Amino acid sequence: MNQNLPEDPELREIVKSALARKVTRRAVLGGAMATGAAAVLAACAPGGKTELTPATDVSDSDKTLIWSNWSLYIDVDDAGNYPTLETFQSETGIAVTYREDFDDNDSYYGKVKDQLALGQDIGADLTCPTSWMAARWINQGYVQTFDEAELPNKKNLQPAYLGASYDPERTKSLPYQGILAGFAFDKAAYKAATGKDAPSVVADLWDPALKGRIGVLSEMRDTVGIVAMDQGTAIGDANSLTEDAFMNAIDVIAAKVSDGQIARIKGNSYKDDLVNGDTIVAIAWSGDIIQLNAEAGYDRFGFVLPESGGTISADCFVIPMGATHKKNAEKLMNFYYDPYNAAVLAAYVNYITPVVGAKEEALKLDPALAENQLIFPSEEFLAQTQAFRALESKEEQAFTKAFQKIKLGA
Amino acid sequence: MAFAAFGSNNSSKPSKPTKTGKVVIALLAPGLAYLGAFFLTPLIALIMVSLQIPDPAGGYAEYVPALEIGNYGYVIAEYLPHILRSFGYALAATVLALLISYPLAYFIGVKARPWPMLQKLMLTLVIAPFFISFLLRTLAWKQLFSNESWIVTTLQDSGLLDQTQYVVGTPFMVIFGLTYNFIPFMTLPLYTSLERLDIRYLEAGSDLYASPAKVFRKVTLPLSMPGIISGTLLTFIPIAGDYVNASGEFLGSSSTAMIGNVIESNYLQINDYPSASALSVLLMGVILVLVSVYVRKSGTEDLL
Repeated sequence: MNQNLPEDPELREIVKSALARKVTRRAVLGGAMATGAAAVLAACAPGGKTELTPATDVSDSDKTLIWSNWSLYIDVDDAGNYPTLETFQSETGIAVTYREDFDDNDSYYGKVKDQLALGQDIGADLTCPTSWMAARWINQGYVQTFDEAELPNKKNLQPAYLGASYDPERTKSLPYQGILAGFAFDKAAYKAATGKDAPSVVADLWDPALKGRIGVLSEMRDTVGIVAMDQGTAIGDANSLTEDAFMNAIDVIAAKVSDGQIARIKGNSYKDDLVNGDTIVAIAWSGDIIQLNAEAGYDRFGFVLPESGGTISADCFVIPMGATHKKNAEKLMNFYYDPYNAAVLAAYVNYITPVVGAKEEALKLDPALAENQLIFPSEEFLAQTQAFRALESKEEQAFTKAFQKIKLGA
Repeated sequence: MAFAAFGSNNSSKPSKPTKTGKVVIALLAPGLAYLGAFFLTPLIALIMVSLQIPDPAGGYAEYVPALEIGNYGYVIAEYLPHILRSFGYALAATVLALLISYPLAYFIGVKARPWPMLQKLMLTLVIAPFFISFLLRTLAWKQLFSNESWIVTTLQDSGLLDQTQYVVGTPFMVIFGLTYNFIPFMTLPLYTSLERLDIRYLEAGSDLYASPAKVFRKVTLPLSMPGIISGTLLTFIPIAGDYVNASGEFLGSSSTAMIGNVIESNYLQINDYPSASALSVLLMGVILVLVSVYVRKSGTEDLL
């Protein structure tokens, strides 16, 4: 039944309330108006906090699951199927509807926030926001607590992911993939423009020969994080990454945007600029670069971490309060925490797997893959990375506002 | 309302309804209900949101109802460059569109009268781009002017551009895109008014020894004024609020962000709903004022 509902969360609620009542068309319209009016009121007057409660879990009777995820983030075969999801279905009998509609943390949040705040179904039982967004959902009480009995493979979680301030025991969020941000560059074009082989510090991006050919991520924590680390700030430490330290990094980026050195501030679409040659060096995500090289057919692009460090974060599984297939979702998480499945996934998506033992499995699949530092980083490699600290909501508002001003060029 | 300007310039006063019978009310009801539900309600909601303040006890992006007029002062102070830029771009693109469209419309509507087939063909060509999504057309321009395109490399090699100067992301590119995208909205109203132009007036003018320039200034231009007014309004208003051409994903960059981009960013990226709403209300108000002043100044207030 779920597959036939519209994807837009608001429409979904309207249709669902109508279906639940099984009434005439006139009553459906009435219901739509009532829901519409409620939505208007909710938009006008948010607040009035009540503790949200999990939706009733119908997993035992309904073997389905809707998973919203980022694009290019799962293994796909030539026929367009998802092999690991097919394995999952044959093992558990659960049919997964996989959606690639998580295009950006902020815009996805903007789309579902009203439903989240009311504890309603957002159209997905499982989704993968980046850790800072997952932290916001957890702090606001928008997500359900996992049933540990359904997650025996959680023991395979890399210990590094434990102890996060928003979810120290990972009872509400579980990393799906780890993400590294650093410098991606077009090897030949970079050499031609600067005479050097690879950028190594942030100052290399400010080379006059690269004017207008630099791109940075629209993800604040990666772009500002890398520049702040270059200024000697420890971005994981609240005593070091103060508002002043943050604004110092913002000032540098703002100056480089206004003098035209940085030409683009983009999300995932920065890939197009690298491919068509508009961008020569970009602050970028590691996994994308491996995939771009695979598409180009040769090692066109390089990826390095700045000497002062790159940023690391993770996209985390969360189950929204309104999700009605919690147990199925837990089974899916458990499935991807099996080292073999994690290795198959990592071999395709090329991001850092958070699963212990996946490397050993990958050695059996493809030894070269297992040696790739960007997928299975060593201790020394990880020591070059830092995670952006959690922000309080007031701080977050001030920081995002400052970063937004750069994006809007003022 | 200014939008009446898009209609005919029939200045005869409508006869006053003698009775406001039930029929009139019944006929008006659907329209009024529509306006109430889909214009008035959202407008009031928008104004209410624009006066909200952050919830002192709440988390990220939570707001409570208030009457914070200061939001308007804040957005003006914060985004004044973007507001000015939007209207500057809108003005430039409207003037350019007028300069390009007028000769075109004149040719189709006046000069090409002996050849109806040519008229039809040219009108079709003006409208033809609408058959392709304007997002695709805009992206195509971006591709044509991309850094490694032959257009840009030729300009660089010929010395018109420095080796590190590019076209995409500059104000030129954004104004170009805006002009390109809105030219049909200028050409069609101009064509409608020029198509009705009585050539005998022009002949009379030259018979009385007026130079062609003077005939144009004294006869053609005033007679085509309704077309110019509707054309400029039809281009200026949407251009001022456009956020596609100026966005970094299309022809612009962060240094070309217009008011529409600011609203989009405040609403969807940083969830600052009060600021986004205040900007929307402000944009609406400024356009309304500008348009009414413009229509009055151009001596066509009977169109209002």
